[in-house]
Amino acid sequence: MERTGAQILLESLKREGVNVLFGYPGGAIIDIYDELPRHPELKHVLVRHEQGAVHAADGYARASGKVGVCLVTSGPGATNTVTGIATAYCDSIPLVVLTGQVPTNLIGNDAFQEVDIVGITRPCTKHNFLVKDITRLAQTLREAFFLARSGRPGPVLVDLPKDVMQASTEFVWPEDVSMRSYNPTYKPNLNQLRRSAEEISKAKRPMLLAGGGVILSNGSQALRELAQTLHLPVAYTLMGLGAFPATDPLSLGMVGMHGTYAANMSINHTDLLICVGARFDDRVTGKLTAFAPSARIVHIDIDPTSIRKNVEVDVPVVGDCRLALEGILDICKAKMGDRDWLEEHAEWLRTVAGWKKDHPLCYSNEGTAIKPQKVVETLFELTKGDAILTTEVGQNQMWTAQFYNFTEPRTLLTSGGLGTMGYGFPAAIGAQMAFPDKKVITVAGDGSLQMNIQELATVVQQRLPIKVVILNNGYLGMVRQWQELFFNHNYSSTNMEAQPDFVKLAEAYGAEGYRITTREELLPMLKTALASPNPAFIDVRVEREENVYPMVPAGAALDEMLLI
Amino acid sequence: MQRHVLSVLVENEPGVLSRVAGLFSGRGFNIHSLNVAPALEDGVSHMTITTYGDSQILEQIMKQLHKIVTVIKVTDFEDGPAVEREMMFVKVQAEGPMRGEILRTVEIFRCKVIDVSATEMTIEATGDHSKLEAILSLMHRFGIKEVARTGSVAMRRSKKQSEM
Repeated sequence: MERTGAQILLESLKREGVNVLFGYPGGAIIDIYDELPRHPELKHVLVRHEQGAVHAADGYARASGKVGVCLVTSGPGATNTVTGIATAYCDSIPLVVLTGQVPTNLIGNDAFQEVDIVGITRPCTKHNFLVKDITRLAQTLREAFFLARSGRPGPVLVDLPKDVMQASTEFVWPEDVSMRSYNPTYKPNLNQLRRSAEEISKAKRPMLLAGGGVILSNGSQALRELAQTLHLPVAYTLMGLGAFPATDPLSLGMVGMHGTYAANMSINHTDLLICVGARFDDRVTGKLTAFAPSARIVHIDIDPTSIRKNVEVDVPVVGDCRLALEGILDICKAKMGDRDWLEEHAEWLRTVAGWKKDHPLCYSNEGTAIKPQKVVETLFELTKGDAILTTEVGQNQMWTAQFYNFTEPRTLLTSGGLGTMGYGFPAAIGAQMAFPDKKVITVAGDGSLQMNIQELATVVQQRLPIKVVILNNGYLGMVRQWQELFFNHNYSSTNMEAQPDFVKLAEAYGAEGYRITTREELLPMLKTALASPNPAFIDVRVEREENVYPMVPAGAALDEMLLI
Repeated sequence: MQRHVLSVLVENEPGVLSRVAGLFSGRGFNIHSLNVAPALEDGVSHMTITTYGDSQILEQIMKQLHKIVTVIKVTDFEDGPAVEREMMFVKVQAEGPMRGEILRTVEIFRCKVIDVSATEMTIEATGDHSKLEAILSLMHRFGIKEVARTGSVAMRRSKKQSEM
């Protein structure tokens, strides 16, 4: 039986295990939307802006580990996805972005709502396709999902001309998929694993640095076993939060620009840094020439380009993070089973514990205003960590990273590499679609929330009980902090003088609004709001000029932290 | 900053050149010359790229090229003996006694005159990078009107009997 392109597309999505699509219809994809109601297994979430669709698909992917899918029309629909695609690309999140395109005979003619989206997204997708021939459609979709989820995951875009969606052909689902030019290395080289284990056996002050790759490879358990068996302290990047429990005595906290004193000092003093699934971003390393000055470095990453890109490495290990961690632990257990690691690392662990004790994350409780850090601490107290948190970007993101004790992977969804304001709220939609029964909370700033605030209509339409906690300081807080510290208090264009009434705004959309203005109200009102079965904005008026500390100024070394 | 000649086998698909070129421009790598033509196998193209960079940059270029999904194979000819040739057309001013001088130079370098008029000659030259540079520097005194170069193509030398 012949099927149309639209039918083949939706059938293929189901075979790939898709059950939710985030999208927005338009002229070039109207044929797909016409077919969609005949596939009730595919739930469609109608967003209010295509950027929201991509972030929602991204939140779905980060929370569930599955490929997130979105569907948008040609032209402006397609260009609106670019920020979302770049966000996913920077953080290696598997997405398939389906864009409508004008009919093939019009491509190149500057047709209505035509844009070369394959050209535009070439540098921010893992790969992209233009399907010009319906007989290639099923195969291309198979390859798109394969590319998105395998190796170092990432977003893949498939551009679908309208006439290809309307044409008909026999549907043949390719059972196998292989591409001769694409063969990611999963299994690490045994020799390199042996060398890594040897480095551990010789080191006096070893430590682990975990990045997003640990979470993407589902390697958190392996990381915990390695760290706990060998008594290795663990620091993590923003993307690695949740890979190792923040509450574990071996946890050093987050590293980098707003990392903990203990994590940054450990990097400075370690003689063996085992970096797993992190790529030595400038926000992590600070001044490169002063980074980990006395350390030998083992770098584990599935993407060979990450290795020796920024930092010289003594033992490179290309492969899946989980397999590498398991492999190293196996070798240590087999060859060095009689070693007393706790005893060998005792002095180092005492030093590290001293740093943690002497300089914990802290903030001043002076004044009467609500401290934003306290809001995040209260959230942890109320949820006990059993929630998925998404953040926007800026101070709200850093305080969430610092003061919420993430203990499980995939419970913090945040835009790390690209730092996309407007990410957190739509990402929460995706997380809630993946886990309808979980508590999903966005920690937002008053600035970044307004970048995709229109998605509240999506949340209300889907009846998702998402809670948005706004750390409202009336500033673009992180930029203001830089202006205060490094630009002589010149608050140029960071004061959000006009602001909506977030409570009334929420109510206007059909959600609930709460406002918290005093310290006394914080716990009880937050508790009430979180318990509501409805979506809600919680407008918390916080200290206006609070700063995120510690802070390593841009370009400074990690031990040159500004402490509170 | 060492010169490197890279051979890149790619799937011959629309956009593949743009993926490679975009990689170089987006990451601030430098392309000195780029040559693309169909390879032996149907559906595969062969690119020869000459670039400059230290070993760390070259390693990144090789890895990043390999990461492009439609790139099948990347070879750096620095890794072993290879032959390398480039072709060039040079149009020079050729009047009076200069004509004989030009022809003698053409002879010495085993070039060919492929077009001639009352005032100009066009010379076809083939050779490695340094030979073409030498020809150009000699032609300068005649007055060069125009130059067209193909960029290098290269191939690994066959193993000698003694190495096998």
